[in-house]
Amino acid sequence: MKIRNTERRETIVLQMTPMIDIVFQLLVFFVFTFKIVLPEGDFNIRMPSATASPSSEAPETPLLKVKLQANDEGELVRVQLGDLFLDGDAPFHQLHAQIRELVSDDAGPGSTDQEVEIEADYGLKYRYAMTAITAITGYLDSDGNKHKLVERVRFAPLAED
Amino acid sequence: MRIRPRGDTKIVEGDLTPMIDMTFQLIAFFMLVINFSEVEQDQRVQLPASELAQPPDSPYEYPFTIHLTRTDNYIFGGSQLTELSQLRSALLKETQIIKRHTAKELADVTIVIRADENAKTGQVQEVIQTCQELEFGKFALRGKVSDVPTLKQP
Repeated sequence: MKIRNTERRETIVLQMTPMIDIVFQLLVFFVFTFKIVLPEGDFNIRMPSATASPSSEAPETPLLKVKLQANDEGELVRVQLGDLFLDGDAPFHQLHAQIRELVSDDAGPGSTDQEVEIEADYGLKYRYAMTAITAITGYLDSDGNKHKLVERVRFAPLAED
Repeated sequence: MRIRPRGDTKIVEGDLTPMIDMTFQLIAFFMLVINFSEVEQDQRVQLPASELAQPPDSPYEYPFTIHLTRTDNYIFGGSQLTELSQLRSALLKETQIIKRHTAKELADVTIVIRADENAKTGQVQEVIQTCQELEFGKFALRGKVSDVPTLKQP
């Protein structure tokens, strides 16, 4: 087959302007609706009011009490587990070690029905309470897997002034 | 002055291809990272960090978020409240709405507490106690997901 060489060739110019307009509008929309969301996580705590739950039978395992004392500025002064005072540079690490010793997690996660009550001073900065909850509820192993220790954590009722 | 018409005017066209490539890449990036879910975050609250805080597997069915700022204020339903009594009455209103207009029970509602890391623990306890008095029973203490262990920090 012979292909004829056409003399007059029309140049087709694509109209890019409307496409670029739309593309820029889309870009502006996405830029404005974009917001940086930091990852957040929860500690779930079930604390029904004492009057609402009539099942106030004596628990099989004794209640562990963690006391957090604060100074006037709200900084942590002392951590106490039962009668044991945990002093030192990293009291929460000690607390974690103690809890781990008391609640052996050999039987698998969530195998304990141990309950821990946190009694914190009113003015204590919340981050210490959060660290205490972290120390009590579990740990991450070297592979990054989460192990649960004590799932039932609650705050002690506030002392009446 | 007389302007002479030039004979051979050429249309100068810039090469738009690289710009369009870049723009499409930007659009693709923003489309992938965009998050339309309504996350209740507030810049006034800086959450305490914890390595064990994990995002919930499924979104809560009926969450109420209470923020506690470092200046001892409460934020609930978009409004800033200074007194616990104000928070209590706001929550009471919500409980009445739930009781009258929904088939849900108050025990199914999850109270998400977003307290600042420097807020007073006692205030968090007061909020929990107030919610308990109003028959709420499920709480979620929110923390910032941390990659580094927090226990050894003094």
